[in-house]
Amino acid sequence: MRKGTLRQILLITDGCSNKGEDPASVAALCYEQGITVNVIGILDDNQSEDVEGLQEVEAIARSGGGVSQIVYSKDLAQTVQMVTRQAMTQTIQGFVHRELKEILGRDQGLEDIEPEKRGEIMEVVEDLGEKSDLEVLVLVDTSASMHDKLPTVKDSLIDLSISLTSRIGDNRFSIYRFPGKRNDTEKVLDWSPDFSEIQSVFPKLTSGGITPTGPALREAMYQFSKKNLLRSFYHETESDESSF
Amino acid sequence: MKQKAMNLLSNLPPGTVITGKWHHKTYRIKKKLGSGAVGSVYLCDAAGQEVALKISDKSASLTVEVNVLTSLKQVQGSLGPYLLDVDDWVTRNGKVYSFYVMEYVRGIPFRTFIKQHGSSWIGVFMLQLLDDLTRLHQSGWIFGDLKLDNLIVMTNPPRLRWVDVGGTTQKGRAIKEYTEFYDRGYWQLGTRRAEESYDLFALTMVFLHLFYPNEFERREQPLQQLYRRIDQVKALAPYRKILKKAISGKYQTSTEMRRELFHIVSQNTRTSRSRRSRKKQDNLRHAPFVIETLGITIIALGYYLLSLFL
Repeated sequence: MRKGTLRQILLITDGCSNKGEDPASVAALCYEQGITVNVIGILDDNQSEDVEGLQEVEAIARSGGGVSQIVYSKDLAQTVQMVTRQAMTQTIQGFVHRELKEILGRDQGLEDIEPEKRGEIMEVVEDLGEKSDLEVLVLVDTSASMHDKLPTVKDSLIDLSISLTSRIGDNRFSIYRFPGKRNDTEKVLDWSPDFSEIQSVFPKLTSGGITPTGPALREAMYQFSKKNLLRSFYHETESDESSF
Repeated sequence: MKQKAMNLLSNLPPGTVITGKWHHKTYRIKKKLGSGAVGSVYLCDAAGQEVALKISDKSASLTVEVNVLTSLKQVQGSLGPYLLDVDDWVTRNGKVYSFYVMEYVRGIPFRTFIKQHGSSWIGVFMLQLLDDLTRLHQSGWIFGDLKLDNLIVMTNPPRLRWVDVGGTTQKGRAIKEYTEFYDRGYWQLGTRRAEESYDLFALTMVFLHLFYPNEFERREQPLQQLYRRIDQVKALAPYRKILKKAISGKYQTSTEMRRELFHIVSQNTRTSRSRRSRKKQDNLRHAPFVIETLGITIIALGYYLLSLFL
């Protein structure tokens, strides 16, 4: 079996969107195109876990087929890597699940297989997770309230790259912010195999007023499809690449 | 919904009977032993035998742990708790949860043991831990989530054992599960690739955590910071050199570290023994009477032997 590429958008935000379309609906579109949307909501130290604005977080991830988590900023690093990995496993599991249903019949799932066989299937899932290529587009909310949290976000992203580059498969990252200086979205870091450049890019970020989460997600989705178009243009002969 | 399932599974009352769907074995819950990211562990009664049962709503993650336990079964000796059963539990409302059953390792927490019995045990346990790690590493696995919470001391004779193998990862892959304080990635001192040196870093942090119960956070120049922390613990003085080498990734294999530790430990006992014998000599010098008696005996013996030959 050829190893495939997993595509993810990681949205890091601390509040409710207040401009443009409903982010959950854009997330659903992303999912349709094979891109998983994960969302992390950051809390201030004095906030309780069921804040109004953060209810959106779960809704976006659910329609984006991804994982969501609400955390205090001190736990951000570990959460970012956990959410990313969980989503990868989930995507692969979903894929294996569909294959299984085709083989075993419609109503059969992993729980209908005896525990011993289940182990063998999970071994395959783990193996794919380790060896698949991964593309993550990080979408960072840089609205005014995020200002104090940006250094923590930077550390978390560096930490994420440590985790992912420890895998066998290849990784590519890119970072976008919203709102940008002039537009809703702005590129911070172009597709690159590691995050080491982030040290120099991040301090320059300024924070703006509005939170156009929906439009930002749409832009992220567009960046993915643009990238893949370019790639299929350049590598027409190797177009047998499978994706989950 | 998900939250509800987790609450239910982490609060199963004593007396609850869990019956397996596939193998039909029955377990009666006695008390809860703990909860983690993947599930909750209960002490159970299985036909008169005490066992530990881990149950979770995350069937996939639990299956991954079972795979590790199954692989460890094939490693010589007892690494980690012995796996006894794997099954599903169907609740009264038709919900299905996966569980597995393992040997119940009875012991006391590492820190409690050191508090009660003194730090002379440090070297012994470090050696035991390195022995186990060496065997694990040689069979192609890295422990990953090595931490104080995962270690207990079985008494009579005291033996350090690990209880949770959930983070165990095949060599060369990315570490599956880790705890920040013990993770060299967090300290910016290496990758999260499953290598022997990853476990050796965590092992050093285990012994630091033993003496810094409140942990501490990373500052500028983490390597110097950890060196200082090692230097400040008197009980770790004999092991400073090797702990620092482990922290800075100087050991490629656990065998190397074990060899150097063994050297230190055996030298330690030798110096203390020779000190003791010197003390004995001092006693002799202060007791001329003893020397006299000894001298006379030797002379007498000499004459006796002479008389035998003649």
